[in-house]
Amino acid sequence: MTKFTPTQPDAAGRFGEFGGRYVPETLIPALEELNSAFQEALADEGFRSELDRLLQNYVGRVTPLTPCPQLSSSAGGATILLKREDLAHTGAHKINNTIGQTLLAKRMGKKRIIAETGAGQHGVATATACALFGLPCEVYMGAEDARRQRLNVFRMRILGATVHEVNSGSRTLKDATNEAMRDWMGSVGETHYILGSVVGPHPFPWIVREFQSVIGKECREQCLNERGRLPEAVVACVGGGSNAAGIFHPFLSDEKVRLIGVEAGGRGPEQGEHAAPLSHGSPGVLHGSRSFVLQDEWGQTADVHSCSAGLDYPGVGPEHAAWHAAERVEYSSVSDEAALEAMQLLARTEGILCALETAHAVSAALCLAAELGKGAELVINLSGRGDKDMTEVARLIEGIEL
Amino acid sequence: MSEHANNRITRIFEEHRQANTKALMPFVVGGHPTPDSLPTVIKAMDDAGADIIEIGFPFSDPIADGPVIAAAMHEALQNQVTPGKILESISAVRPHIKAGLVAMLSVSITDRLGRASFLDRAVNAGLDGVILPDLDPEQAPDVANLCDQRGLSLGLLVGPATTGSRLTSILDSCRGFVYLLARAGITGESKAAPEVEARVTELRKVTKLPIACGFGIGSPSQVEAVTKHADAAIVGSALVRRLQNTTDPASCASTFVQELRTGLAQPAR
Repeated sequence: MTKFTPTQPDAAGRFGEFGGRYVPETLIPALEELNSAFQEALADEGFRSELDRLLQNYVGRVTPLTPCPQLSSSAGGATILLKREDLAHTGAHKINNTIGQTLLAKRMGKKRIIAETGAGQHGVATATACALFGLPCEVYMGAEDARRQRLNVFRMRILGATVHEVNSGSRTLKDATNEAMRDWMGSVGETHYILGSVVGPHPFPWIVREFQSVIGKECREQCLNERGRLPEAVVACVGGGSNAAGIFHPFLSDEKVRLIGVEAGGRGPEQGEHAAPLSHGSPGVLHGSRSFVLQDEWGQTADVHSCSAGLDYPGVGPEHAAWHAAERVEYSSVSDEAALEAMQLLARTEGILCALETAHAVSAALCLAAELGKGAELVINLSGRGDKDMTEVARLIEGIEL
Repeated sequence: MSEHANNRITRIFEEHRQANTKALMPFVVGGHPTPDSLPTVIKAMDDAGADIIEIGFPFSDPIADGPVIAAAMHEALQNQVTPGKILESISAVRPHIKAGLVAMLSVSITDRLGRASFLDRAVNAGLDGVILPDLDPEQAPDVANLCDQRGLSLGLLVGPATTGSRLTSILDSCRGFVYLLARAGITGESKAAPEVEARVTELRKVTKLPIACGFGIGSPSQVEAVTKHADAAIVGSALVRRLQNTTDPASCASTFVQELRTGLAQPAR
């Protein structure tokens, strides 16, 4: 493989031909303000040390790197290791970004926070950070998602956030994102919008990846210190792609480390049956940036499906599109069924209940472990815990309502 | 730029300038309220004195639009309305009207079809210009070139906080007119009287292009408040809401356009 140099977005916010700022002019001044503020914050040792302190004594970082002997032997090959983001506060990697962005919003003097959420994990992580910093928080959530994830809706309310159910369009994550952007169009002066993934207009994909790359930095160091070597492969699930971008980025220059992103294959490769734009989509514009998208022949966003609400999104981060085009990261997809099986296997062999999103990466890693063979090592980014999914899993595998 | 002297939008604004009158730009959603209503609605508004008609192409994820227009777009998409069908409707009505016709659509649509290829189809259908509200500002000069090659106008958005070098570069890429946002936020009716005097005065210092002003304008008095200063008033949600609730879209559009026209600022005596 040729040497790949980690990318930063160019001045126009592009990773090669992907990225950019496809939003109405009303938002451009806010994006420019955010871009400058973020650059200044990154260069400010005070900001970085406050963030590090919070990540350590509030989020609970460093998260462990857990070897999985039983899962490895049932896969029959490479040693599988888990980067345990499920052990971060609130149960998923989303908190790394929301703590960072809320700290940034405070620094910018913003008085109010808004966010979109799909499964509710980013909403909960945003509500958590806002409670910690004493900022009012409003979360937009598709009415269909709110119905499927009532527990998370209630968690957000208990944390003091207001949840707006969105009844437009398909009433899921993409519509919640539209509604959050509409709010921001009219409130840009005093409101910061905490986007939850490496998507949206520049500088969001860059900001979210920077805050999430703590995962990969820790992981790479743990591999070297605890295993004495770098792994043969790193595997992560990809919806918008924040956990994958976070763990991949620090490994990009390690040309011998294969990086594998796993999309939601749903029920099959036909349009509408999956949520895998890098596997089955093509370049296009959605939610402020150019990336791979699932659209019909007229540019209308296609219907998507995944058993996992967190992967149920018709786009993907522009930096992933650039890594895909440069062939630095391999992207594949895993079906609903295979993900459900992998979730159960991991639970039974290692006593770790992962999120349905994460289970897609686990499934792909099981095949890869066999392919790599004994002596090899691979890391799965265990992006979140599975408690939130139990109602849906019970419905899918046993046909029962909890 | 010479192509633009023949552009219908440029000519319409030039006529108004010479007569010291102002223009009305009603906005409708293509394929709304019914998939086939567009030609008759356009014809009725033309007859009622609309100067330039803006046709919004329904999009699945319209982030700049308020509830009224977003719902109309969603309904049109449910009724299988496509950009291709809207272009057919436009080309059917074009020979029968004198108003300028401008398409407003997301770059998600133009980029799926290919920008040059979409603009070719727009010209062939008889459109006089396009408004691309979510165009990446970095790409505006390229799109302005594509429009120049085809004699199309290009209305780019200028917001309440657009100043300095960004304002200059947006104005450099506008063709035919400037689309001034009367306020921050999304499309939709507003009770407040739009205050655009200061903004228009500022813009006049840096551009000779006509200024069309939209967002939150929905009554004759608001049309008047805007056209006291700007060259045209754009009215969207108030019209779309009326079309949503009528059984006779053509006469509804005609009546409302006549009513709005009473608000157009009169020449100074």
